[in-house]
Amino acid sequence: MQLRGPRATAVALTLPLLAFIGLSFVAPLGTLLSKSAYEPNVANILPRTLAALDGWDGDGLPPEAAFASLAEELPKARQERTLVRVAGPVNRLKSGMRRVLTRTARQVEKAEYAGSWRETLIGINPAWQEPDTWLAIQAAGARFTLRHYLQALDLERRPDGGIGLRSEESRIYMPLLWRTLLVSLGVTLLCLAIGYPIAHLIATSPPKRSNLLLLMVLVPFWTSLLVRTTAWIVLLQRQGVINSLLVALGITPDSERLEMIYNMTGTFTAMTHVLLPFMVLPLYSVMRSIPPTHMAAAASLGANPVQGFMRVYLPQTLPGIGAGGLLVFILAIGYYITPALVGGRSGQLISNMIAYHVQTSLNWGLAAALSSILLVAVIGLYLIYSRLIGIDRMRLG
Amino acid sequence: MNGDAPHIEYIGVRKRYDRSNWVVSDLDLSVERGEFLTLLGPSGSGKTTCLMMLAGFEAPSAGEIRIKGAPVDGLPPDKRGIGVVFQNYALFPHMTVGGNLAFPLEVRGMAATERRERVERALALVRMEGFGDRRPGQLSGGQQQRIAIARALVFEPDLVLMDEPLGALDRRLREELQYEIRRIQRQLGVTVVYVTHDQQEAMAMSDRVAVFRAGRIEQVAAPEVLYEEPQRAFVASFIGENNLLPGRILSINKGVCAVEVDGRQIEAAHIGGLPVGAEALVAIRPERVRITREAGQLANEHEAQVEDISFLGDHLRVRLSLCGTSNFIAKIPNIIGHGGILPGDTVQVGWAALDCRALDVESN
Amino acid sequence: MNKPNPVPSKVAARPNRALRWLTGLPLAMAAGALAAESITVVSWGGSYARACVEAYHKAFTAETGIEVLLEDYNGGLAQVRAQVDAGAVHWDVVDLEMADGKLACDEGIIEPIDSAQLPPGLNGEAPMDDYMPGAVSECGPGALFYSTIYAYNTRYIQGSPPTTIEDFFDLEKFPGRRGMRRSPLANLEFALMADGVPLDQVYAVLDTEAGLERAFRKLDSIKDQVVWWEAGAQPPQMLADGEVLMSTAYNGRIFNAQVLERQPFVIVWDGQVLDIDGPLAIVSGTSRLEAARQFVRFANRPTSMAYVSKYISYSPTRESAKALVDKHWETGIDMAPHMPTAPENMKRALQSDWRWWSDHRDEMNERFSAWLIR
Repeated sequence: MQLRGPRATAVALTLPLLAFIGLSFVAPLGTLLSKSAYEPNVANILPRTLAALDGWDGDGLPPEAAFASLAEELPKARQERTLVRVAGPVNRLKSGMRRVLTRTARQVEKAEYAGSWRETLIGINPAWQEPDTWLAIQAAGARFTLRHYLQALDLERRPDGGIGLRSEESRIYMPLLWRTLLVSLGVTLLCLAIGYPIAHLIATSPPKRSNLLLLMVLVPFWTSLLVRTTAWIVLLQRQGVINSLLVALGITPDSERLEMIYNMTGTFTAMTHVLLPFMVLPLYSVMRSIPPTHMAAAASLGANPVQGFMRVYLPQTLPGIGAGGLLVFILAIGYYITPALVGGRSGQLISNMIAYHVQTSLNWGLAAALSSILLVAVIGLYLIYSRLIGIDRMRLG
Repeated sequence: MNGDAPHIEYIGVRKRYDRSNWVVSDLDLSVERGEFLTLLGPSGSGKTTCLMMLAGFEAPSAGEIRIKGAPVDGLPPDKRGIGVVFQNYALFPHMTVGGNLAFPLEVRGMAATERRERVERALALVRMEGFGDRRPGQLSGGQQQRIAIARALVFEPDLVLMDEPLGALDRRLREELQYEIRRIQRQLGVTVVYVTHDQQEAMAMSDRVAVFRAGRIEQVAAPEVLYEEPQRAFVASFIGENNLLPGRILSINKGVCAVEVDGRQIEAAHIGGLPVGAEALVAIRPERVRITREAGQLANEHEAQVEDISFLGDHLRVRLSLCGTSNFIAKIPNIIGHGGILPGDTVQVGWAALDCRALDVESN
Repeated sequence: MNKPNPVPSKVAARPNRALRWLTGLPLAMAAGALAAESITVVSWGGSYARACVEAYHKAFTAETGIEVLLEDYNGGLAQVRAQVDAGAVHWDVVDLEMADGKLACDEGIIEPIDSAQLPPGLNGEAPMDDYMPGAVSECGPGALFYSTIYAYNTRYIQGSPPTTIEDFFDLEKFPGRRGMRRSPLANLEFALMADGVPLDQVYAVLDTEAGLERAFRKLDSIKDQVVWWEAGAQPPQMLADGEVLMSTAYNGRIFNAQVLERQPFVIVWDGQVLDIDGPLAIVSGTSRLEAARQFVRFANRPTSMAYVSKYISYSPTRESAKALVDKHWETGIDMAPHMPTAPENMKRALQSDWRWWSDHRDEMNERFSAWLIR
């Protein structure tokens, strides 16, 4: 009973934090996940059309009621400016439907009634006599759908109702996800290869020099991502600093300047640079805590420098490698500005595709599904990591 | 390799890290097999650098170090086969105690069964049987140091270097381990070069002690010789306690000289060939000073004023005004009838001429 | 009617921009606070947007007191759709492409503009007679003719230069990277023309699956060498940097780089895709509808159009405006030969079929994105 007072206070004190986490993390994540499978727009905007289609099995044309309801609901949606919400999803199910829907919505009011709404609509656009058109509307009318996940996983629903892989040339996202994972892994390894000696140098230098070196690592850290990425463009492009230097030194002929940007090389270079501090800092903090006498002790016990490093130093830096590696990897998976700017076509990652679907194609359901898959992949890797290395052994500094 | 050569020889070894300061200069020193030699000196006196050069972690700037008569210049530390015990133990935290002990055996390619046997033996040597599966982080400081010692010995080196190994431990533990180290050293017959700044530790453990000061050795000798016959004023003041009185040599006669100190004449052993008229420091051990109330009973007798008395259990510490200093210390054993001296009393103090040494004033 | 600003805009534009940076925020805030009139106009950035500012934005503000806040975009309807869908419209007027204008109109996300109600021609002509045939859609008139051409930098191409659209796709003759817009628009046409399809059959071929595959196959042949651009200001930069050997571009951007920055660029007019920019569309649901209407009417004055053409080599869609275009306002050079519609530039020019594009834009975009990612 005595504990209850202070304890309640302590819990109360954490409430703002919990609220913050809820608002900034759980809520967006929940929205994201729901968007990937819940798409109520079509159902809300064309309720009567969908009701009239209920029971129609795709055989022949749907009943007149469906035509009549559509002829009423489409212009209404156009007037209420909600037509976009119908046209987008239906168009994704059947290419060209945006045009069919928007033109019909515009023309049906002025069109002459041809005795039945069926005839009237078909008169406006022959697409209305194809069952596929109506099937697309029917499918888009489902409030809950897994089609974004299917698309994100490069799967499709077969005519027989089963689920199978898409044809080779229309598989986009899974190869891209693999590419993203491989690039992230590559960037992580590069960061480790470059960051490890740097962190070691900083950790073992006298204070004055190590402070300077640390500053040199941190200054880019504090610099805008765009500035750093642009700096790489200046350095790496065909007429850039590095190429000009190579040509001036006669190493490469002017006609064969190296192509180091707008391809995978550009993505690798810029991302490694941008993410390097996230590797160096945890490594540095771990290395600084390793007494220099450990390597001396190993040598005095008869270990040559390689043995000493492998058996004594490296194992003690594992927590730092784990932390830095996980940090860089997870950040790399989500990067899209840097690949977008310097990656060219071949250097694009899954995040660029998510950005494309959020900003350009407005296919938020697919973007959400892709994000969810990415999230699951990261969580999966995290679990594997914690099983292998142990998350409690990870040290961020 | 020369069977008769000393185990270790420093020949004209010098070391500096920058252009101006010699950290170690003109070091000549040899260590016999099975000897326990301590390098003693204040911090920054170059003793640790000497040890590190011997271990191979530092290279001399000039001169040569020989082990068993063979120069070791350029031999990397892992090829020297020397056990080293570090101040902070330097146990590998990611390995168990057993793993730490097995490490030097593994890198030597020893078979697993023999390794286990040796590890067990080493644990037994430092009385840590059954701790093989623990992690260093689960051990106390004293236990860690025992393991560090065992690890330095497990591959059976005949030379072990210890760099202030007990510096981080409290006094009781330190004394206990001093005894342990000495026991193990005698039992195995290994040569030990030991670095410390603690003169009591040096005295208690060593066969010989080399006193370092500013990169040079002031004196190398057995502890009792250092104490009784310091050759230099620095040694006299660094080893034990000494009253040092500045004066001038008046005359010399058969190893005894007369020194004028603050208008008085004091007789002292004549050390180091100081000529008549030279400045000298007269060193007198506090415990060799006698105090009486009546005059005419003591050699080198002088009148002095009692300034202060501290009771320290086994002895009394008396501060006196004498020969121009008010900080002349005398230690009187706590035995019945010490005379009931009180602060402010005028007393007679005296000492045997041979308990008192006139040393070169030099660079003290 | 205000004359074009006599201050050279290349000099003026920079301080202007800096000034906008410094004053933009307080101005915007003041504008909001006073509910004083300001509208957000979204255009294509770079030298084209600058030309519009000098040609008529300033004059519009001077005449009406309505502040014009300028934003850049790179085409497409995504943002307009998103704003209308979310009911949060902060773009008031958008400079659309004709095909997008038609699409947006059908979707009901822009306000229809009755071309007949626009200002009359310079000599009082009825608007519908003044606009050139094909430049008016049922949702509003186009603003100007522009062309997607390709250009190169003579600093990096010596010897015999490329002269035809076939050369652009010829990696053997001209090895090096190509800049292309990250969009199917004009690229599919270029590909078919270079593949030997006669001008008058390009859209017929594109209408078939086989023709489409043919276009993408042609693009495939240079895909690995293409650097994709999005903003119209990028190609001149990439050419100047030598990042690409040749690049497709909007002809006005190259012209500006030639005359204002003295870049040794050469435009290859062969195979140009002539298109109409506009309409200047009013986004449905804007709260500043009346001000936006005023702006659109002002922009459609023959004088406004003509002044744009004095800054950048795009020609007006109104007959009566054409007469006003003569010399470049700063350098004084004759604008006529630089216009995409100049007879010597029209020898092999394809008129972009914006109606075809408005029908196929979405499918082509999807297909292009999927192709790009592979």
